[in-house]
Amino acid sequence: MTDTVLIETRNLTKSFGGLQVLKGVDLQVHQGEAIAIIGPSGGGKSTFLRCLNLLETPDGGDVIFEGQKINQKGTDVDQYRQKMGMVFQHFNVFPHMTVLQNITLAPVLLKKKTPAEAEAQALSLLERIGLLDKKDEYPRKLSGGQKQRLAIVRALAMEPDVMLFDEPTSALDPEMVGEVLSVIRALVKAGMTSVIVTHEMGFAREVADRILFMADGVIVEQGVPAELLDRPRQPRTQEFLSKVL
Amino acid sequence: MTFTTVFQNIIKILTKYWDVFLIKGVSVTLALAAITVFFGAILGALLAIMKMSRLGILRAVVTAFVEVIRGTPLLLQLYIGYFIVPLMVPALEIGTFASIAVALVINSAAYVSEVIRSGIQAVDIGQTEAARSLGLNKSQTMTKVILPQAIKNILPALGNEFVTIIKETSLASTFFVGDLMTSYLVVKGQTYLAFESLIIVGVLYFVLTFVLSKLVGAYERRLKQSD
Ligand SMILES: Nc1ncnc2c1ncn2[C@@H]1O[C@H](COP(=O)(O)OP(=O)(O)OP(=O)(O)O)[C@@H](O)[C@H]1O
Ligand SMILES: [Mg+2]
Repeated sequence: MTDTVLIETRNLTKSFGGLQVLKGVDLQVHQGEAIAIIGPSGGGKSTFLRCLNLLETPDGGDVIFEGQKINQKGTDVDQYRQKMGMVFQHFNVFPHMTVLQNITLAPVLLKKKTPAEAEAQALSLLERIGLLDKKDEYPRKLSGGQKQRLAIVRALAMEPDVMLFDEPTSALDPEMVGEVLSVIRALVKAGMTSVIVTHEMGFAREVADRILFMADGVIVEQGVPAELLDRPRQPRTQEFLSKVL
Repeated sequence: MTFTTVFQNIIKILTKYWDVFLIKGVSVTLALAAITVFFGAILGALLAIMKMSRLGILRAVVTAFVEVIRGTPLLLQLYIGYFIVPLMVPALEIGTFASIAVALVINSAAYVSEVIRSGIQAVDIGQTEAARSLGLNKSQTMTKVILPQAIKNILPALGNEFVTIIKETSLASTFFVGDLMTSYLVVKGQTYLAFESLIIVGVLYFVLTFVLSKLVGAYERRLKQSD
């Protein structure tokens, strides 16, 4: 982890209809840092994560990525999104493309790589996650765990500066959770800046440099894993952890 | 009128007029339906794009158009086409067939635009989010990710629209455009055997739509399998 701030939010707010989901969230994510976000359902974790790459448009506050405020009129959002990989709970792999095409689509279309370069890179990514033999299959032939690993390398193919994970293992059968977590673990170990929304407390403790506890649209408490998970100070955190640990 | 005489009359009519039904009627009906669905799909796609536009006024215009088309009888629209279209471009001396075809196309476009729009909206929103999160812009997302998936919803629905249009073109016989129902009018006028002619035309319509909807169904199942 370095001192460089990669993503910062300042007083981020967001409402859906009359419901205020984010009530002023401030966060600095440093380069190389792994942040886990935990908290009760409906607390705003996904909404916050989706505000970082502007899949949701915040109502107020700033999202600052690599020193640029990106949530304002006239910014080329697409360009910033290329540097922020996102992994979804339900994989969202492209069913009409082969495994290989899933990975090469964006780098080729967005002129980051020639088709030959993109394919070479995709093959080496697939090899890393043990899916090389599936390169010409369509996603319907893959298990949930395989789809999610594909979704992760599809994002990595854009060579992003940060990876955002929204409950990457929540939709998986228990026996497939491990294979996805180990891909994420390896990424974090290799220094990828990551923000991971998760219900896997053991995983958060193991890989995160910092855990945020988010509830009711605010970061209630944050700290290094041992501190936050073992000695929570806020009653709200204590109550949540007593239920899930 | 016994069953036997009806049967004999049908045979008689068929021997003498089979080409009126089979060559002229069926081919005009199929051609009319094909023209309608083809141009209806193109115009319908344009309408669907307009309906999904960010411009409120454009959406309102399309919505109003679709509502008006759906809320008035096709026969009335055909009459309007019959009178209006030749007036609009008199130089082209557009004939009855073309005027009726234009009216059918406009009618079909209104329905098809809804088919296309719902086919697009049936694609999981997660697909759009995944594409956008990779940095694809709106139109790249639409052409590379959404449309290739939506087409699987849209094509079978277009096939069914084709089947429906085959039946609806019978209204065009009001203007003697030469379709299958016009064959009925012609043969009835010459033989005075209305019932028998109707039976023949009915069987032909049924065979056409039955076979085509089975084909569409089979095609649809094949698309489903490749999901
Ligand atoms: N697009 C939307 N439209 C309306 N309400 C929404 C929308 N997205 C989220 N919400 C609401 O915002 C609140 C926070 O949702 P969010 O998904 O951010 O919570 P979460 O912390 O990720 O919960 P979970 O652990 O269940 O995923 C919820 O009450 C949810 O119903
Ligand atoms: Mg969530």
